[in-house]
Amino acid sequence: MNAIPMEHGLILAALLFALGLIGVIVRRNILYVLMCIEVMMNATGLAFVTAGSRWGTADGQIMFILILTLAAAEASVGLAIVFQLYRRYHTLDVDAASEMRG
Amino acid sequence: MLIMFYIAGAVALLATVRVITGTSPVHALLNLIVSLLAVALMFFTLGAPFAGILEIIVYAGAIMVLFVFVVMMLNLGPASVEQERRWLHPRVWIGPALLSLVLLAELAYLLPRDALHAAGHTLVDGKQVGIALFGPYLLVVELASMLLLAALVAAYHLGRHDEKE
Repeated sequence: MNAIPMEHGLILAALLFALGLIGVIVRRNILYVLMCIEVMMNATGLAFVTAGSRWGTADGQIMFILILTLAAAEASVGLAIVFQLYRRYHTLDVDAASEMRG
Repeated sequence: MLIMFYIAGAVALLATVRVITGTSPVHALLNLIVSLLAVALMFFTLGAPFAGILEIIVYAGAIMVLFVFVVMMLNLGPASVEQERRWLHPRVWIGPALLSLVLLAELAYLLPRDALHAAGHTLVDGKQVGIALFGPYLLVVELASMLLLAALVAAYHLGRHDEKE
């Protein structure tokens, strides 16, 4: 197999992570915030797989599988919170839920 | 193989930009699926086919279908697209974008650029991943199962209807 420069893969992962971070900060719709969190975790997985591929070991892919598990758990809980937000406030604006009341 | 990696990376970046600038949730989701598939292709070129297959099946398949399902149940119309367009002023996103770009520049600066290290030279197939996963990483698998159980309980608790309200 042809070799790919590891640093290019890591820079690509950093670019995807920064894009996801911009999305999390900028967007007010909670659906987009969740999507951008998925983008960030995906970028983290890409960094792990790239690093594992540089050493030719399976550890990077195992970390990716764990990130996948985390993403699945986060998505299910986050989407349940989206439902609750929409049911109570009839909006997807995260600022609508800025006050914590018991 | 190298040119495929760069093309997939460019596709992933473009699709992700479309995600964070999109106004229609369904279009953003479809762009996100394109981005995930491009990352899966990068995994294949990096010699990690098992991670690529999992990315397609679990990420682009299961998790994104969950998102599409929620978007369809919420039944967001053209009014939400207009609302998104109003929320996406340049003065809203230019400050956070600059801050994130500063962080990105620092990250890229920290990576050594004079000596590139080769990745993707060996193929790590699913058998090696499975042996490592159920060998030295067995405790982590158990912890992941507990995390999934906790997420199941939390999603059930948060998603149920409160009849009193």
